[in-house]
Amino acid sequence: MDRRKIEESIFKCLMVIATLTILSILILIVATVVIKGLPAMNLSMITQTPKGGFYLGKEGGILNAILGSLYLAGGATFLTIFISLPIVLYMNVYAKRNSFFLTFTRFSFDVMWGVPSIVYGAFGFTIMLTLGLRASLLGGIIAVSFLVLPVMSRSMDEVVRMVPAELLEASYALGATRLETAFKVVVKQALPGILTAVLIAFGRGIGDAASVIFTAGFTDYIPYSLFRPAATLPLAIFFQLGTPFPEVQERAYASALILTMIILIICIASRILTKRFTKHVIK
Amino acid sequence: MNDLEINMDFRTHIRTDQLSVHYGKDAALKNISVDIPEKKITAIIGPSGCGKTTLLKSFNRLIDPIDGTKVTGKVLVHGEDIYDQKVDVTSIRKKMGLLSQRPYPLPMSIYDNIAYGPRIHGIKNKTKLDELVERYLKLSSLWSEVKDRLHEPASKLSIGQQQRLCLARGLAVEPEIILGDEPTSALDPNSSQRIEQRFLELKNQYTIVIVTHILRQAKRLADYLIFLYLGELIEYGPAEEIFENPKKEMTREYIKGIIS
Repeated sequence: MDRRKIEESIFKCLMVIATLTILSILILIVATVVIKGLPAMNLSMITQTPKGGFYLGKEGGILNAILGSLYLAGGATFLTIFISLPIVLYMNVYAKRNSFFLTFTRFSFDVMWGVPSIVYGAFGFTIMLTLGLRASLLGGIIAVSFLVLPVMSRSMDEVVRMVPAELLEASYALGATRLETAFKVVVKQALPGILTAVLIAFGRGIGDAASVIFTAGFTDYIPYSLFRPAATLPLAIFFQLGTPFPEVQERAYASALILTMIILIICIASRILTKRFTKHVIK
Repeated sequence: MNDLEINMDFRTHIRTDQLSVHYGKDAALKNISVDIPEKKITAIIGPSGCGKTTLLKSFNRLIDPIDGTKVTGKVLVHGEDIYDQKVDVTSIRKKMGLLSQRPYPLPMSIYDNIAYGPRIHGIKNKTKLDELVERYLKLSSLWSEVKDRLHEPASKLSIGQQQRLCLARGLAVEPEIILGDEPTSALDPNSSQRIEQRFLELKNQYTIVIVTHILRQAKRLADYLIFLYLGELIEYGPAEEIFENPKKEMTREYIKGIIS
């Protein structure tokens, strides 16, 4: 057989193996969570807060952590939009193309993306000390904002960069300012990608444990104040897995299942939103 | 340069005076001095990479944002130096409508595409906007095709319709000048013809400058010709004269198709 044909089939084979490996890992993770968690799953898990003796296997649920996580990731994501969007619009509409500034900013975000979340936790903690805050929902929101800022900015940057230069020119040629062009043309054109970036950031924020250990603390109560500690799902999983009781450990898997479901819902929502907002996008 | 100063009987709309443009170290335009007549069609011709588009885009300062661009000399629009520090760039651009090589409708509905310009220049009144949209869609002969789907995305139009939409969008800011950068190069013959037809009708009201690499198109449309070669102005004057009796050897060769 021809050497090039053999090459072709070997590499095709390797690619298929790589793809199948990734797929099976994903399936294994989901299967583990479902199989181990489903028996402990019941309505009270998502409607009740931990009752006395919850961590010994008694009644209650993890509503505190579900709500805590949603508030925390939601708050942090919302806050970050107001930082990321201006940065990204500045980078792509105002700043000189191919400038050192742009390269440096993108590189900084890449570095920030790689910084371990526990470092953001520690950093957030020192900021809290300076501000005189205790472990609280607000503290957690600040730390998670740092964590998701590079994720959101870089994802937005990638889509906003794709907006054709001619589209900006078309707007300038009509006498539009850069600001008008940024918000009326660039944001509209990149909207599906911008929404996806926001949801990716939310997904990253809701699943992180290390950044919230010191900053958000943990509580059995539903968060009712920004200045009070808030429970989070990753920490709820951590604490339940750490007990010696099998029924509590099972609940940890049920909690993991809930977290996974939330992320799944976000992924689906992002797909639907993306479709809805591509109506006007110029290809 | 003296032999280029032919007697031309027109009112100058755009004048370039010793205009040079550098992208980094490369000179895209070298000392161009031309007069663009009012309410005529002027075609900029020349081989690829000769600076045609740069010259066109220097008229509405669209070459401003490109990095490392250096502009020296002057571009005067009705005597006003548009590269003057004090000039508001948006007011310069408002005076000119631009058609690019490929139509780029804005990511919004057909209606909003036309209303975009008038809205940013302060027209908020719904009836007035409706009126403008209808008038300019008619002027670009798109009205009958889109009047029942004004609120559908502009991206759904065919490419030929998109180019006419871009024309209408440009006209809606009530410019004095229409700039076309090879405006028919992405279009099918039928759509190209419609655009050319529009230009011939519009030249009574607007000054039109087009870049084209199609000599026959220049012949069909142009009243005046500017021939550029490697960033230098080789010849300019009334189109008929240049086509029939070019003064420069290089122009003659280009028209005959010897250099391209």
